[in-house]
Amino acid sequence: MNSGRCAACRYLRRRCAPDCIFSPYFPSNNPQRFVSVHRIYGASNVGKLLQQLPTHLRAEAADSLYFEAQCRVEDPIYGCVGLVFLLQQQIHDAESQLAKTLAEVAVLKSHAKHPQAQQFEAESDFNNLLQKQLDNVANLSFSNQATSGFM
Amino acid sequence: MGGSSPCASCKLLRRRCAKDCIFAPYFPSDDPHKFAIVHKVFGASNVSKMLQELPVHQRPDAVSSLVYEANARVRDPVYGCVGAISYLQNQVSQLQMQLAVAQAEILGIQMQQEPAMPTQIEQDDKSFPLATNYNLDNISQSLNFASSSNVIQDPALKRESLWT
Repeated sequence: MNSGRCAACRYLRRRCAPDCIFSPYFPSNNPQRFVSVHRIYGASNVGKLLQQLPTHLRAEAADSLYFEAQCRVEDPIYGCVGLVFLLQQQIHDAESQLAKTLAEVAVLKSHAKHPQAQQFEAESDFNNLLQKQLDNVANLSFSNQATSGFM
Repeated sequence: MGGSSPCASCKLLRRRCAKDCIFAPYFPSDDPHKFAIVHKVFGASNVSKMLQELPVHQRPDAVSSLVYEANARVRDPVYGCVGAISYLQNQVSQLQMQLAVAQAEILGIQMQQEPAMPTQIEQDDKSFPLATNYNLDNISQSLNFASSSNVIQDPALKRESLWT
């Protein structure tokens, strides 16, 4: 019954048992999916990982393993961690830009309330408000927390 | 120097640590956990193959990223690093929305004050495009399985450098 084998068992050239751990997540119509995952993690590690999970979570785990494997194939140095880097940088840039913009809003609002304020106060206001906004943005939930140990 | 101790990898694998051991520069014996976790997730053989395919000067970063991914996978066996990516993407989206609201507010205020005045929103600021070299649009679609309840809410995702 060769046509009934999942992609994993086809690749590994073995019989695909009815309770094969791979077959729900590595169908035979997508051999590349298993090839990627096997190349990075190894079939044995993938099987062990899936076995340790409740059945209802295995599909998501298989998907995330495939995603990470693909990232690693495309970027052998950083894998999907390169994307983490990029996003962290984007967050940093976005926080700065947001703080600056909020400070501008605050200055504009304050000048709207007190239009007779002197022009030379504007820069000082802006700097003070910018600092305040930077502090506020830095206190958002994903900021200013100690590194915990991924490394 | 005949008595140099085996690297963490060779200790764990219980083999002789050769002078040209591919793991030794990156998995010193004083940090056994580092190799243990990479071996658990990727397997020593796969790590060795991956390192061999890279030029030597790129291997330290590769090892660091593998350790990072392995840690993420051990912490979150379902989503691994992908959970972190989803979380960070959410943060970027939220910040972009907040920025758009703030910029709209500036426009509104300026229009109230001087309707004829050109906009002063700084267009020279980079409006941070979403990561293009990883084609985030496709990634977003394929990441919709990382629901917020399962996403790693991890302080390490903040802009700490991943490795020193």
